[in-house]
Order: sequence, then structure tokens, then C-alpha cells
Amino acid sequence: MARLEVLKTYKIYIGGQFPRTESGRFYPVELKDGRVTNICISSRKDLRNAVVAARNAFEGWSSRAAFNRSQILYRIAEILEGRKAQFVEELVAVGATRAAATKEVEASIDRCVYFAGWCDKYTQLFGSVNPVASSHFNFSVHEPTGVVTIISPESPSLLGLVSCIMPVIAGGNTCVVLASENSPHVAVTFAEVLNSSDVPGGVVNIITGKEDELAEHFSSHMDVNAMIYCREKHLKKIQENGALNVKRVLNWAKYDWNKQGEDPYLILETQEVKTTWHPIENIAGAKSGY
Amino acid sequence: MAKKTENKLDFGSKWEYAAAPESADHATIKEEYGLYINGEFVKAEGGKKFASINPSNDQHIAYFAEASEKDVDKAVKAARKAYKEVWSVMPAKERAKYIFRIARLIQERAREFAVLESMDGGKPIRESRDIDIPLAANHFFYYAGWADKLEYAFPGKKIEPIGVAGQIIPWNFPLLMAAWKLAPALVCGNTVVLKPAETTPLTAMKLAELIHDSGLPAGVVNVVTGAGATGAAIVNHPDVDKIAFTGSTGVGKIIQKAIAGTHKKATLELGGKAANIIFDDAPIDQAVEGIINGIFFNQGHVCCAGSRLFVQENVKDEVLRKLKDRMSSLIVGDPLDKNTDVGAINSKEQLNTINKYLKIGQEEGAEIYQPKCSLPKKGNWCPPTLFCETSQSHRIVQEEIFGPVLTVQTFRTVDEVIDKANNTPFGLSAGVWTDKGSKIFNLTTKLRAGVVWANTYNKFDPTSPFGGYKESGFGREGGLHGLMPYVNLK
Repeated sequence: MARLEVLKTYKIYIGGQFPRTESGRFYPVELKDGRVTNICISSRKDLRNAVVAARNAFEGWSSRAAFNRSQILYRIAEILEGRKAQFVEELVAVGATRAAATKEVEASIDRCVYFAGWCDKYTQLFGSVNPVASSHFNFSVHEPTGVVTIISPESPSLLGLVSCIMPVIAGGNTCVVLASENSPHVAVTFAEVLNSSDVPGGVVNIITGKEDELAEHFSSHMDVNAMIYCREKHLKKIQENGALNVKRVLNWAKYDWNKQGEDPYLILETQEVKTTWHPIENIAGAKSGY
Repeated sequence: MAKKTENKLDFGSKWEYAAAPESADHATIKEEYGLYINGEFVKAEGGKKFASINPSNDQHIAYFAEASEKDVDKAVKAARKAYKEVWSVMPAKERAKYIFRIARLIQERAREFAVLESMDGGKPIRESRDIDIPLAANHFFYYAGWADKLEYAFPGKKIEPIGVAGQIIPWNFPLLMAAWKLAPALVCGNTVVLKPAETTPLTAMKLAELIHDSGLPAGVVNVVTGAGATGAAIVNHPDVDKIAFTGSTGVGKIIQKAIAGTHKKATLELGGKAANIIFDDAPIDQAVEGIINGIFFNQGHVCCAGSRLFVQENVKDEVLRKLKDRMSSLIVGDPLDKNTDVGAINSKEQLNTINKYLKIGQEEGAEIYQPKCSLPKKGNWCPPTLFCETSQSHRIVQEEIFGPVLTVQTFRTVDEVIDKANNTPFGLSAGVWTDKGSKIFNLTTKLRAGVVWANTYNKFDPTSPFGGYKESGFGREGGLHGLMPYVNLK
């Protein structure tokens, strides 16, 4: 008798754990070979749990040495490279050609490497020492804005997901991400990569489900500092909800991730600029400054 | 050891200061000001107008045109035309020279502007003369030089202006906020429709006259006066590409919601409730000066005012004693008097708001302290006020009062004060006072605020970016980072 293949249960990823949705709901995604996968329809409660996990992870992640974050992002690329075949199969299973799937997975790995390199450089490049006219030392540096929710592109399901997550976490933010609805498998498998890449639990939380149901909650949650939206349908509503707590709402639907993902200015979109002042001793009229 | 007796200082009643008024003779004010649209001063549609009142003596200053939706539309059309035909296509180095010229003209007429600013807004002449007006001129001068160097500000990117910017500014620093808004917008190649606050339109209209004198092409800067409806007309105009707003968080949220689903970009500089943190190893006398400057500068009408004082428990008695002594030496009165430390509250409406919070604070059980001081009979006045025995849940601790009102809380540990300081929806600014360098940087990296002053407070500079985290808004004004909100990057 032929060996029976073990099929995978696709779960969601919250706080470094893999639960199914608390709501118990699912939607079927039929694969090319006729198999059906039951994907979680995550609820508002799942989102809220994920935001709590992201908020709890924020202090630790944002205060890590940038060099350390860089190494962890590079580690994601290493693990992703090792599981390349699995991702290619999952993309092929939902309809991609093998060549296109391979290209997308390789681009995703390279994107992780690209942003890994930025972690300890962007503050140097985009920060400044400001030559104020008074006797003060004054400098400006970027800091992460906090917890970011992301509704990732419907497609490319892996490269789009990775292109949104990387600039956000490279800059020290934590995030909650909604996966592509029709091609969610790679997102769940990417969560497994994150989980074995020294990325602390809660830094990236990935849930699956319906945009129509979750867009409202992704944008109105009061403990979310910024939201990245990569689709079109709910843009106005999301921007309106953003006003509830002056959320930074970013419309990333315009990007072609195959061509535009390598860009340090994407990191700046979820950053705040902090300016610090301190007096410089100025005795007997002696001038000192920077 | 003999017990020390405390000698209470009593400045208010024993020492009299001779008046030292700044002369207002050389400042000219017209009876009536129009709107500045397309390089001309014109009446509002239907001739609607409103008066501006001197808040220190209730005297009428001048009438200002009240711009309707139609007037705003004219201004936007003028700005669009100037954008397309003149300003965005002009060589950048020529744009720079216009802005340098505006900076120089402000410097030349600085004293006149200072006097008018104090008359219209109620702020002490010492502040308008030494801070508001020079900083406004410097802001234009600083940004002017960026016009032909923008490619160096955004490495790897092509830069384009955004288009027509609608800019709505507050009443607390009328000319300075106009400068903060106009200078970066113009040097990046945008044209502007600017609306000053309805209680302080005077220096904005004087600036329009000055800009007219500078020869700036018609329509590049348009100034429309009016109240909330005029501002709404700017925000909702379909041909405005960018909204820059400084004001309350409440109005900022309305604007953010109003432009949802449109192509408009926004910069919001909103409210604050800054923590000013005093450790036991701080130079206490300097810290007390910093507390005073933090909250009583410009009558506390400052979004980044240090309105929440956190004192380490073991120095509370000393800090409060010195703070109260210092408060009783503050001179509250005529804004045009060069001795004045605290001027008039900007409007009756704002005075009502402040008084409402004074009542709320006492009802919440906080202990109020106000030094003895004689306030002028006419005008809007509020003595410097301290609330002791306050806690995180008090409304006077959580909500922005925008007046000379300071709340005091104590703390024991660094972690405790960081938690308390960050426990607010705002995140504009913060202050830290300690002699220990490593402690300063521990605090400055952990306080979630856009500007952190260590061993100083309320310092501003054109090269220094300013703006908030969280509900204090987004985008920066000032410095290199203040260019970003006025360009499209390709």
C-alpha cells in the first residue's frame, strides 16, 4: 500500500504560538490537485490578542541593539532559503507556475537579506546633528512608531507579505499581519520560519481570514500606532478610522513589489523622528557648539 | 542643630516695579484688512468681516475679512495657477532668493512685528521680541538655502513638489507658525493658501503685506482670514494637495477624517501634555527655572508646555518651596511691558476653558496654589497656577489645558516615572533634569515624545525638527526632516 501523506493543519501565529482561531471558523481553499485546505477565519478577538502580543513584544524588540536585529533578520533569510522547496510547492499548489514561484521565493529571501543590512544603517543615514544657534547639543534620530497592523497584498502573496513585514521590523516595530486570502499557506509557513529564526514571539503576528471583516478592526484599534494597507477596497474607511487615534495610515497598494521593494524610505514610513537637546557649558562667554 | 526658620518671600506686595512699556508708536495698524489673494488685497465675498480684540485690555484692534468658501476657492485657484505657471518651474536658486529676501524684510521690521504680536495675542513683548519674531525670520533664512539643494536631502530619490498646500495655523505663535508652515512649503516649490487663527490674524496680514513688498510672484502665497468654516473650506477643497495643520488634537482628528479617501497628504502638529521630570540629583535651582519656563512661557499656550511635573519624592519639599517662591516673583500684566513674565490669556473663550479646568482640578481633590498677584481689571487673565496632590487619573493630568496650569506628581524610581510619563495619548515633548549623563540617555530614549529637552526646556531652532508621536500628530517641522512633508519622492 502506498504511503499516506501527512497533511498540514494551517494555523495562525500569535505571540510566538500557533493557535487556530478562537472563533473556530474556517474557509476552504481548494488546491490545484483538488485537495481542500481549511484556513482560519480569524476574528476581532484574535486581532486583539495579536495586538496585545505585539505591544508586549515592542519594548524588548525596539530596545535591542540594531546589530542584533540585523542578525535576526538575516537568520530569517537563512531559514527561508533552507525551506525554499516547501514555499515553491505551496505557491504552485495555488496556481503559480514553478518558474514564477521559484522567482518569488528567491526574491523574498533576498528581500530579507536587503532589510537585514539596513537595521544598523538607516538611523546613521537619515539622522542628523542639528547646528542650532544656541549653546546646545541637538540631534535627531529615528525611532519605531510602535505597533503596526498590515493588510498585506492579495498577490504576490509571499513577496508582498515579506516586503511589508521587513521594513517594519527592521525599524524596531512589532506588527500584526493579515495574509492573502486566496494564497494564505505561504504566510502560515512563513510564520513557522519566523518562529525558528530567533525572532521573539509577538514581534510578528500573522493571522488569516477575511479583509471585509477585519479591515474595520485593523484600522480602529486604539493601541495600534500605524497601519499599512496594500489593497484598495476599504481605503477610505481605514483612513477615516485612523483619525480615531491619529494613526499613521500608509497606502502601499501602489507598490510593485517585484520592482520597488528595495527602498530604505519604506523603513522611514513607520518611524518617528525624536530630537534631543542638551545645553553645552558656556562659561564666561566662551562659545561651544556642534 | 537649630531648626531652620523659613522666610517666605513676598515679591508681589512689597516691591513695586516701575512700568517699562515698549513704545507702540511706530507700529501701524489699518482700520480694516482684506484677504491676500493672487497678489492683491481684496474684500471678502459679501464684505463679511470680524474684529480682532487686544486680550490685555479688550480694545478693538482692527477688522479682518471673513473668507467664505468662494473666497477660498479663488485663493486655491490663484495658488494653482502660480504653481503651474511660475513657482514650480522657476529655477530653484531663484526661489531661494525670494525666501532669503522675506527673511531679511522680517529682520528689518522685527520690532514692529513684535509689538503687534503682543498687542494681538497677549504674549509678553520680551518673548515676541526675543523669540517669536527672530525665530520666524531665521526660519525663512534657514529654509531659503535648501531650495537648490534638495537632492542632497533625499539621497537616491528624485524630488517633486506636492502642489497647493492649505496651511492652518494656531493663535499661540501666530507669526512663528506662519513661518514654520510657509518656509519649507515654498522652498520645495509648493504654493500656499494660509489661514491664521481668528483671534490673531494681525501679523499674518502684516506678513502678507511684507511678502507683497518682497515681489514674490502673485498667487504663490495667499492669506485668507476667518474662523473654523474658512479652515474647513480649505481642508475640503478638491484642488488642495496637502494640508498642514497646527492646533488641537480634536480638530486634527476631524481633519484627518475629512481628507480620508482623497489624494491629500497631511502634516498634523497637535496637542501635548508633556512630562517634566526632576530627579534628586538635578541642579534644583536650574530645574526650577526650567519648570517655570516649561509651563509659564507664553501663558502656557504652548503645545509642548511641560504641564505635568514629576518630582522625585525625596526632593519634593525643596522643589515645591523653590517653585512657589519663584512663582510669586513672576510679573503678570501688560504684555507690552518689558518686565512682564506672563501676559494675557489669548481670548475669553480660552480663559473660560482654563477656568473650567481650575474648577475640575479642585473638584477632583487636587490642592490649588496661586501666588498673590494683582491682575489688571480689563482683559483676560489667569495667575500662574500649581496643582499638588494630583494623580494619573485626574482630568487635569490627562487633558491638555493650554494655560498657565501645572500639575505635580511624585515618583521613586526611574521605571516608575517612565511609565507615568508615557501613560498619555499624547507624545509631543518631555523634559528631564539630572546631573547624570547615562540617566539622561536612558530617559531620552525611552520617553515616547518627538522632542526631549534634557536640563533645558522650550528651546526652538530652525534647524531642529519639531513634532509629535501618537496623538500629538505626525510629520516634522524644522530642520532637514521638515522638508519631507513638502515633497513627493520618486
